[in-house]
Amino acid sequence: MVEHRPILTLVAHLVLILGVLTVAFPVWLAFVASTHDSTAFGSGVIPLWPGTHGVETYRVMLGQGISTSGAPPLLRMMANSLLMALIIACGKIAISITSAFAIVYFRFPLRTLAFWAIFITLMLPVEVRIVPTFKVVADLGLLNRYAGLTVPLIASATATFLFRQVFLTIPDELMEAARIDGAGPMKFFRDMLIPLSRTNIAALFVILFIYGWNQYLWPLLVTTDAKFYTIVAGIKRMAEVADAVPQWNFVMAAAVLAMLPPVLVVVLMQRLFVKGLVETEK
Amino acid sequence: MLRTMTVSSLALMTSLSAAEARTELHWWHAMGGELGTKLEEIVAGYNASQEEFTVIPSFKGTYPETMTAAIAAFRAHEQPAIVQVFEVGTGTMMAAKGAIYPVYQLMADMGEPFDPSAFLPAVVGYYTDTEGNMLSMPFNSSTPILYYNKDVFEKAGLDRDTPPQTWADVEAFGQKIMESGAAPCGFTTGWISWVQLENLSAWHNQPIGTLENGFGGLETELTVNGPVQVRHWENLKKWQDSGLFQYGGPGGGNDAPPKFYAQDCAIYMNSSASRAGVVANAKDFEVGYGMLPYYDDVEGAPQNSIIGGATLWVLQGRDEAEYKGVADFFSYLSSPEVQADWHQFSGYLPITQAAWDLSKEQGFYDANPGADVSIRQMTLNPPTENSKGLRFGNYVQIRTIIDEEFQALLSGGKDAQTALDDVVSRGNALLREFEAANR
Amino acid sequence: MKRTIFGNQGLPWLLLAPQLAVTLVFFLWPAGQAVRQSFLREDAFGLKTSFIGLENYAALFRDPQYLNSMQVTAVFSLAVAALSLGLALLLALALDRMLGSARIYTTLLVWPYAVAPVVAGIMWWFIFNPTIGIMPHMLRALGYDWNHGLDGSDAMVLVVIAASWKQISYNFLFFVAGLQAIPASLREAAAIDGAGPVRRFLTITLPLLSPTTFFLLVVNITYTLFDTFPVIHATTEGGPAQATNILVYKVFNDGFLGLNLGSSAAQSVILMAIVIALTVIQFRWIERRVEY
Repeated sequence: MVEHRPILTLVAHLVLILGVLTVAFPVWLAFVASTHDSTAFGSGVIPLWPGTHGVETYRVMLGQGISTSGAPPLLRMMANSLLMALIIACGKIAISITSAFAIVYFRFPLRTLAFWAIFITLMLPVEVRIVPTFKVVADLGLLNRYAGLTVPLIASATATFLFRQVFLTIPDELMEAARIDGAGPMKFFRDMLIPLSRTNIAALFVILFIYGWNQYLWPLLVTTDAKFYTIVAGIKRMAEVADAVPQWNFVMAAAVLAMLPPVLVVVLMQRLFVKGLVETEK
Repeated sequence: MLRTMTVSSLALMTSLSAAEARTELHWWHAMGGELGTKLEEIVAGYNASQEEFTVIPSFKGTYPETMTAAIAAFRAHEQPAIVQVFEVGTGTMMAAKGAIYPVYQLMADMGEPFDPSAFLPAVVGYYTDTEGNMLSMPFNSSTPILYYNKDVFEKAGLDRDTPPQTWADVEAFGQKIMESGAAPCGFTTGWISWVQLENLSAWHNQPIGTLENGFGGLETELTVNGPVQVRHWENLKKWQDSGLFQYGGPGGGNDAPPKFYAQDCAIYMNSSASRAGVVANAKDFEVGYGMLPYYDDVEGAPQNSIIGGATLWVLQGRDEAEYKGVADFFSYLSSPEVQADWHQFSGYLPITQAAWDLSKEQGFYDANPGADVSIRQMTLNPPTENSKGLRFGNYVQIRTIIDEEFQALLSGGKDAQTALDDVVSRGNALLREFEAANR
Repeated sequence: MKRTIFGNQGLPWLLLAPQLAVTLVFFLWPAGQAVRQSFLREDAFGLKTSFIGLENYAALFRDPQYLNSMQVTAVFSLAVAALSLGLALLLALALDRMLGSARIYTTLLVWPYAVAPVVAGIMWWFIFNPTIGIMPHMLRALGYDWNHGLDGSDAMVLVVIAASWKQISYNFLFFVAGLQAIPASLREAAAIDGAGPVRRFLTITLPLLSPTTFFLLVVNITYTLFDTFPVIHATTEGGPAQATNILVYKVFNDGFLGLNLGSSAAQSVILMAIVIALTVIQFRWIERRVEY
């Protein structure tokens, strides 16, 4: 702080508190809605304080789901989401770290071309090429498979760049020493590079886990079989019941459950999360 | 790590698809809520009735979503054996000769006894080709009717047993209801395009498109910007401004039913199949039924209403064994008992003469006055070429255009004539597109 | 660039293989397909196909709906960027005055980053529900009749809020980092010269934050262009009367729901051109900041 100005500090506190409340407001309402039974929404305005049906709502949603709204048990959907997020996060890290290793520690023909081929993935978000990508995955017979759900999403230019940055900061002497000891490239990779980039991997994992968990359009299209539905993609189906009012308590319970795991990850691993976020964008 | 993940996911997959001895066939449908529950009940009944086949119903969202999901799945070779397609998708489905397995042919190929003349002509006419062959299996056909809140009518000083007959009645009744404070709104409606444009046209014997509403060929053009339609949309805008009419949203109009259930709007126009929902939700008041209103100075009105709802299309590219199951399941579905049960529960029209007769025999219409409004309205007059239905390609998208232009009208962006002119010009562009792609 | 390297020639290709394979099969191939499809006309089921050259593109630029969609996208992106950057900067400046409580506030402010856009969309959809939502209720008390089902501007405000809410935390973190990087000595010097907080903010903080701001601007625009699809899909579905039909939603809508694959592919190609331009800008900036 530059100088002591109590008024300004007070205003700053107010701004922050207001910010915290604004940010929390929709989630609070969602949580409240999930604790009432569905009749609470027929009459006028939504309630602002929790009701008494919370346990019941979550029990029904986790255990049974609402089949007439295209919602299998949420526990199942959350398991699918978890699996998808883990495969995407681990897959991205695995293929990016090896790519970065190849680009930094080897000199080979077409190296620049390979680098650009990876770079171009940055430019083609799945939403933009959704129809043809869907067709490719369908032609490969990967619809309603965990592979179809995840593999098209695991190419990652950002993760490759991140590891490239990390490797570039590792002193050359380390590798020379390894070479003198007679260590081959893979041994060096395993015994030196991976341990040295452990925190980077962890930080990246946090970001990628959130990325994977929050996938929406892709799972929505690739999973036509309820066994593979993920929770984030499933929410819209629940909110949209033809010729009837959405059962807001159930929809909001699903929303709460869908955000809980990634939010917990951010809150519990805040340091890694911030590191990962700042690094991936550097 | 990646490898172990993949292995465990593979293991999970195989355990999930643990083979069953029964042949499974998928049925994608768009029936949510009470109708969905009933549908699942019917399927469960079928699955329990025999041991060879298991029908697996999946709810795929709204009608347009279900249809497009099935088409996308067809392109991806992941199509279900049966898909429920709403009536406006008929044009698109019929044109896709290599993708659909016509029902008459399926029944013949599978050696399943099948008598097309058992079905009600008013329903099946919509789904036959020019040679009179049935291409899809009627399942849930409906027609829009008028529901009203008898208690509110009485509170407003109206006769609780007289539904409005003409639009002039609707306006007068609505004003009385609002002025007396019996309810804050006169009427609301589901399905703007289906009820307040297509059926409005048929009900007043006005053409929806050239070439017999599209039955005559792909070169058809829309004609919904005629004087009757423009006048009606102008009125809807006027009534919306005065609060007499409340808009229920695009597509099926999801906001409309709650307005009626909560007794905000005293009159409600929607599919006869909304009856299940209305009966389930109208807990605190008594519901009356009536035919759609008409303008009594229009010659030829009221004519007859046209159907909506959906039929079941069979898609190509599944195994023979599955088609056997489909044929068997269709026979079950159209049996008088199942049909009568479905009709009585849901308010959908009985699709076979036998089901209608069975319902009469069971005394259903005596016990439920008003439940036959839909059939009477459908068959009020012999259909003209303006009122036997419509068959346009890309009509799902044209419906969206109708909704958009109606919203533009209500929000004051356009007047009724401009909005309907734009429906016609934008719609015709899509019809030409469809003609070019299917020539 | 490393001075010392391994001499192996086959190994690097082996190491790159998975990444390149995924890129080739799921990125470059579909992109090529999109380009190809954009020159074709096809019926919904994919049974009849004909080559029509640039007709799909020509039709797009004749189509008032497409031009409308471009305009809607521009308004949406700029509004989300302005709102989320503005609020994030305000919060970051406030946090910059905190000593002990900074960490707590940060925790309480950053978690929405983890919330899926669709969840954010559904929650705000619920809050703004015309019949039962709390916001329309409050607005009605103030004399404003909120109806995003009919009023295009209301719908736009709704999706802007839903999309910004989620993005604030991200911008906030980067602004905090940017502020911390400004040498305290500079501000102290200005303070000694008698510059008040506002003046110091305008003459020192803001100019020194401009690289961060520019970077965030590009990131935010990319975010609203592509990642906000779920917000639109779960709430307005582009309506009413296409008032919120952003480009990326239109690609999906025309392709998957409208089943007009040629037009959808042409739109994909145009969007790819836009992303490539944005990525080049972003990368230029990264290049300047980090040695390449």
